[in-house]
Amino acid sequence: MTDKTVNNNEIVSKAKAVGPWQLAWERFKKNKVAVAGGTIFLLIVLMVIFGPMLSPYKMSEFVLENKNLPPSRAHWLGTDEQGRDVLLRIFLGGRISILVGLMAAGVSVFLGSLVGGIAGYYGGRVDNILMRIAEIVYSIPFTPTVISISAALMFRVSSERKMFLVMALIGVLSWPGLARIVRGQILSLREQEFMQATEVLGLSDRAKIVRHLLPNTLAFIIVSATLGMAGAILTEAGLSYLGLGVTPPVPTWGNMVERARNTKVFTTMPWLWLPPGIMIMLTVVSINLLGEGLRDAFDPKESR
Amino acid sequence: MIKYILRRLLHLIPVMIIITIVIFAIIEQMPGDPVNAYLGVGSEVSVEQQQQLRAQLGLDQPGYIRYFKWLGRTVTGDFGRSLKYRKPVKDVIGTYIWNSFYLNVVSMVLAFAIAIPVGIKSAVKKYGFFDNFWTVFSLTGVSMPSFFFALLLVFYIAIPSREWAFTFPLNGMRTVIMAAKGYPTKGAEILDILKHMILPVTVLTISSLASLTRYVRNSVIEVINQDYIRTARSKGLTEKVVIYKHAFRNALLPIVTLLGLYIPGLFGGSILLETVFIWPGIGNVLYTSILDRDYSMLMAANVFYAVLMLAGNLLADISYALVDPRVKVQ
Repeated sequence: MTDKTVNNNEIVSKAKAVGPWQLAWERFKKNKVAVAGGTIFLLIVLMVIFGPMLSPYKMSEFVLENKNLPPSRAHWLGTDEQGRDVLLRIFLGGRISILVGLMAAGVSVFLGSLVGGIAGYYGGRVDNILMRIAEIVYSIPFTPTVISISAALMFRVSSERKMFLVMALIGVLSWPGLARIVRGQILSLREQEFMQATEVLGLSDRAKIVRHLLPNTLAFIIVSATLGMAGAILTEAGLSYLGLGVTPPVPTWGNMVERARNTKVFTTMPWLWLPPGIMIMLTVVSINLLGEGLRDAFDPKESR
Repeated sequence: MIKYILRRLLHLIPVMIIITIVIFAIIEQMPGDPVNAYLGVGSEVSVEQQQQLRAQLGLDQPGYIRYFKWLGRTVTGDFGRSLKYRKPVKDVIGTYIWNSFYLNVVSMVLAFAIAIPVGIKSAVKKYGFFDNFWTVFSLTGVSMPSFFFALLLVFYIAIPSREWAFTFPLNGMRTVIMAAKGYPTKGAEILDILKHMILPVTVLTISSLASLTRYVRNSVIEVINQDYIRTARSKGLTEKVVIYKHAFRNALLPIVTLLGLYIPGLFGGSILLETVFIWPGIGNVLYTSILDRDYSMLMAANVFYAVLMLAGNLLADISYALVDPRVKVQ
C-alpha cells in the first residue's frame, strides 16, 4: 500500500520534471533524419578541427615537383598547382567556411534579438524607428549590395581581414527577419503575468529583456541561428566563387571551387574543385536537416 | 485599399533615398579610376586631357554634390552613360533585362507546373514515400550552391555531350558563329537560344522547385486540416472531389500570392548563375560593371535590383491584404 503511493508520487514528480526543453529534446531524438543531420555536421566539424593534425602534410609546405597530381595513395585528393595537398586544404578551408557561417549567424542573431527585444519591449516610437530601420535593411538587395561592398573594400584589406569583413557583412544584412519574429513574440509575452512579477520585483529594463523575455523566444532564435548559418555558408561560397569573398591565401571551400573558373582546371583537374563543392553541399544539407528538426521539435503543434 | 497602397508608396521614398545613399557611398569607396578604365591601359592621353575628361564627367566634384546631381538626373529618368558599353545606361538595362527575363519566365512556369501537382500529392500522402522523396529533393535543392550545381551540369553533361548526338552549349546565349553570320530565319535564332537555355533553366527551376514544393505542400496540408474538409468528406464526396474541388481551391490563394511576389523578381537575373553560364543578363551586367569600374552602370543596376525588391515586398503585402480579409489594412 505505501509502496504504491510512493510509486504514484514518483510518477507524478517525473511527469512534472519534463520541462519544455526536455520535451523538445525527446521529440528531436525521435526525428531520425534530424539526428542524422546533426551527427553528420558534428563529424564534419570534428574532421576539419582534427584532420590537419592527422595529415602528414603542412599548409606552408609546397613541393613544386608534386604540383597538379591526381588523387593517389599519398595524396588522397591530389595536389594543387603549388603542390599542396588538397585534402589538407579541404580541412583548413572547412574551418574558415564553417567559422564564417557561425560568426555571420552570430552577428545576425545578436542584432536581430537585440533590435527585436528592444522594439517589442518599449513599443511606441522606439518600435516604430527600429522597425523602419529593419524594413530598410530588409529592402536592400542582398547579393548585389554584398558584392558591391566587398568589391569596394577588396584591395584595401588583407586576406585574413576580408574573412571578418565577409562575416560582418552577411550578419549585418540578415538580421531583420529574426528581429521581426522576436519583436512579435515579445509583444505578446510582455503582457503576461510573469512580467508583472518582474515589475513588482523592480528589475531593470535590461534584466527584464535579457533574462526574462529573450529566453522565452530562444526556440526561434536557435532555429534562426541554425538555418542562418547554413545560408551564410552558401553566401560566403558564392561570394568567394566570384572572387569577392575571402580570397587566397586563406582557403575556404568557396574560393577552392573558384579554381574551376580556369578552363584548364575545370576540365582536366576536377579534384581541385569537386571535393570542396561537395563539402559545402554536405555541410549545408546537414545543418538544414538539424535546423528543420529543431523547428519541429520546438513546435508543440507538429506531431508525426 | 487605394489609400493603403498610396501610403505604402510614399513610405518607399525615404527608403529608396537611404538605399541609394548607401549604394552611392559604397561605389565612391571603390578603388580604381573610371577615367583610366575608360581610356584603357597604355593609352597616350596627357594629364591635362585626363583632367578635362574628369571635369567633363563631373568626377572632380565632392561626393555629396555628385549624389544630388545623380539623384536629380535619375528622377528625370536619365541614368547616365555606361563607360563600357558606350551608350546610355537605360538602353543597356533595357536590353539585358529581357535576357534575364527569358530565363526566369521559362523556369518559373516550369517550377509552378511541377510544384503544384507534386505539392498536392505530397500533402495528401503526407510522410509517404512520394512525400519523403520530395522532402529530400527540396532539402538538397535548398542546400546546393547554385553555381556548383551549374558547374556539375557543365562538367558532366555539356562537356561530354560533345560526343553525343545532341550537344549542349557550354555557355552564352547564342552560338557565336551563327550569330555573327546572321540567322537564316527567326525560328533558327529562337531554337539556338532555347538550346542555350536548357542548362541554366534546369538550375533555376530546380532551385525554385525546392522551396516551392514545400510551400504548396504546407498550404494544402493546412487546408486539409480545416473543418470544412471534414464536412466534405462526411458528405460522402470522393477523395478526388474533396482534394481538387474543396482543398486545392483554397490552398490556391497563398500560391497565387506567391506568384505575384515572384513577378518583379523575373526581371532580376541571378548574378552567380549568369556568371557561370556567361548569360548576358542583368546579373552578369552588374558583375562585369564592378570589374570594369563602370560606375553609372553599377549604380543603376544596384538601384534596379533595389526597386525590384521593394516592388516585390509591396506586392506581397498588398496581395496578402487582398486575399486574406483578416489582414487589417491600417
